[in-house]
Amino acid sequence: MSESLGERLPKLIYRGAEAEIYLQDWYGELAIRKNRIPKPYRVTALDSTIRRTRTLHETNLMHEARKAGIPVPIIQHLDPEDSSFVMEYVKGPTLKDELYVVPSLIRRRRCTELGRVVARMHEAGLVHGDLTISNVLSDNGKLFLIDFGLGDFSNELEDRGVDLLLLNRAMKSTHVKFHEEIFGAFLKGYSMVVGRKRKTEIVDKVREIERRGRYSERT
Amino acid sequence: MTEEGKILTDVRDVYASKPGTGIHPREAADHHSEIAAKVVSGALLEAGVTGGQLDGVAVALGPGLGPCLRVGATVARAIASCFEKPLIPVNHAIGHIEIGTLTTGAVDPLVVLVSGGHTAILAFSGGKWRIFGETEDITLGNLYDMFAREINLPSPAGPQIEKLATKSSNFVPLPYVVKGNDVSYSGLLTASLAKLRSGASLADVCYSMQEVSCSMLTEAVERSLAYTRKKEVLLTGGVAANKALQKKLAEMVVLHEAVPRVVPHPYTGDCGAQIAWAGMLALRAGETAEIADTRVRPRWRLEDVRIPWRTTA
Repeated sequence: MSESLGERLPKLIYRGAEAEIYLQDWYGELAIRKNRIPKPYRVTALDSTIRRTRTLHETNLMHEARKAGIPVPIIQHLDPEDSSFVMEYVKGPTLKDELYVVPSLIRRRRCTELGRVVARMHEAGLVHGDLTISNVLSDNGKLFLIDFGLGDFSNELEDRGVDLLLLNRAMKSTHVKFHEEIFGAFLKGYSMVVGRKRKTEIVDKVREIERRGRYSERT
Repeated sequence: MTEEGKILTDVRDVYASKPGTGIHPREAADHHSEIAAKVVSGALLEAGVTGGQLDGVAVALGPGLGPCLRVGATVARAIASCFEKPLIPVNHAIGHIEIGTLTTGAVDPLVVLVSGGHTAILAFSGGKWRIFGETEDITLGNLYDMFAREINLPSPAGPQIEKLATKSSNFVPLPYVVKGNDVSYSGLLTASLAKLRSGASLADVCYSMQEVSCSMLTEAVERSLAYTRKKEVLLTGGVAANKALQKKLAEMVVLHEAVPRVVPHPYTGDCGAQIAWAGMLALRAGETAEIADTRVRPRWRLEDVRIPWRTTA
């Protein structure tokens, strides 16, 4: 299968903020390897602890998410000493990129679906911690959540609120023109799973967290 | 400040709090009113201009301490009405950003604003500066100041902590909290003070606290940089003078083929030049205000400020 790609593997396909993502062969199938790389700006003692801990934590969360039926790539191999793991290959694009090019109806449909996925993740006792539309892959409309590096096991409304706050901020900063439309669609999907009452609770919580930021004007 | 961005004068007289105490708002305001006349006349003298030659009077209406802002606003209103010049309200944080782009030549940077009141990561989009990340509780400047206050160092404490930090390379583990593009420093403050009380050396704690706090912010900036794919990172605000932070950011931005821009020393901290230059840009865009609309705004969010003079993105 990987031979048909006609490219030499492993191939660096993305260099993120904290990790390098490689496309590689995994026993005849295409797979993704995520490798947390050392940061020159952190002292070694701090750096190696952070990388190792986050790798173990992330794979643990993804495993739990998968068990709860949340769409995340399947983990195939884990190497804590190298701060890396191998997972199932999911074809993109990211939701961030897809939202730029699809018509309004699809845009809303995707975000509603994302709302359902995130709500189910929250129901399963997990929070993502870095929920942006760059961390959602859309494989022909089937959404996969990736990058659980800052995620956690939590049932706190506060932590769930932070997920929504980060997502809202990411939507606002990259899709200014239809930000309200897509976040509204997201909330609709979220509400479908948790119900109107709990959706309102979390929306209020998001506002409260926002207000807590420094220098927010209370009008 | 001239229309071309030449700084004619930047006279300053900064309030200093007593060691072991923080800034006392009333004492700071008293200081401001005592030195106001001297600073204004000194500035006009040094610039070689008369009040009548001014195009307008820029005034920082916020964010900041209310009593201090009111002194500045009162003085500005007096000058403006005396010489019949327009008043230009300026958001202090925008001042930090604009003096940064002026002095470094940055065009479309990811901005890292670190001052007493801000720890924020910003990019320009849709006519305003948008926040990509910020502190969820206290700022980096607060962290240093509050730590220093507990151990009786004078404020601003950054330089002292930086100096103490250079005396150690013994890293003691402290909480490292990055959430998305945000950082949280309150736990780090508590843990640093606890380490000190349990017998760790001051130099070790200063070194480790500086390492952790600056690494956290650098990581948050790195995340924003990977997301926005900007090619310049502008470090501005009082804490921008911290060499450890400058070094970490420089080491990080090269990984993303971006260029670090650091505001040169005299303009990192709060100064008249930053307000004057942001005011000049606003004046050219027609953003003036009547005296009645120049009430101080101690909690003025910078993302609420319209920036008509900037067109990128």
